[in-house]
Amino acid sequence: MSRIEVREDRCKGCLLCATVCPVEIIAQSERFNAQGYKVIEVRDMDSCTGCASCARMCPDMCITVYKTAKAPKE
Amino acid sequence: MQAAEKLVFKTPDVIIDRPTHYCPGCQHGTAHRIVGEVIDELGLADKTIAVASIGCSVFLYNYLNVDAVEAPHGRAPAVATGVKRARPDRTVFTYQGDGDLASIGMAEIMHAANRGERITVIFVNNTVYGMTGGQMAPTTMIGQATTTCPGGRCAEREGLPIKMAEIIGMLGGVVFCERVAVNSVKNIARAKKAVRKAFECQEQGLGFSFVEFLATCPTNWKMSPVDANKRIADELIPYFPLGTIVDRTGGGEDK
Repeated sequence: MSRIEVREDRCKGCLLCATVCPVEIIAQSERFNAQGYKVIEVRDMDSCTGCASCARMCPDMCITVYKTAKAPKE
Repeated sequence: MQAAEKLVFKTPDVIIDRPTHYCPGCQHGTAHRIVGEVIDELGLADKTIAVASIGCSVFLYNYLNVDAVEAPHGRAPAVATGVKRARPDRTVFTYQGDGDLASIGMAEIMHAANRGERITVIFVNNTVYGMTGGQMAPTTMIGQATTTCPGGRCAEREGLPIKMAEIIGMLGGVVFCERVAVNSVKNIARAKKAVRKAFECQEQGLGFSFVEFLATCPTNWKMSPVDANKRIADELIPYFPLGTIVDRTGGGEDK
């Protein structure tokens, strides 16, 4: 399972990350951060492919991406 | 069994951990990160001197952990010329917006390029004067409304938007000149390649290198960040075509 970490205090809610996500799991949340921006959230982290498109697109550098190689089925 | 997790993307080390002052969706941040990634990858952080300009990018020195000089409006290429000639062992780059580089700084950029100074110029074109409140810039598109042309820019009255990359590409001292955008993941990858090549030109002492970024200014375009990003592909790229304009590095066209 790959995952992304979003620094909510840095997110400005521009949603550019959501436009490039190939599996469309990023959306706006109902939470506000200290700056007053509605931050993003990941709806279904299990679908994350770890492609890092969102992180490359984010102008505020608030996404870190971790990729996990597919574990062999046991 | 939990498979090992691999970090595949993080902010470059040379970027200072600090929130930027840019508006939501402003692609200055993306351009900063690309420059930071290239500086990190080439291992230039200790020997780079940034020359910041006037405009929204005026606080560049707050975000990039390299030595920096702040130049008067438009004069970054002139300041960079002095810095590079005094310290030829350093990597010197300027980071300028379109209001800075294409209007008041036109003379400085033209002559620095023509002399073939061994500097790199990162030019961020968002078709508007961002910091001062969205006035018309030389690169403002025809029909685009700004605070100083509220009815939209008119070609007869104000002329056509200046295509800086093409103009710079015509000058003698230019070794590498490319126009890039950061509106999609693919274009971001190309942008990074172009910036890397521009810095490599300088490292090899070949001459002047120039990279024009097409970027958004959602606030002054009065658009949402997502719509502004779409406008890059729909309006800007047809007028400001992307791609390598000049490549005299000897490696041939690299797209």
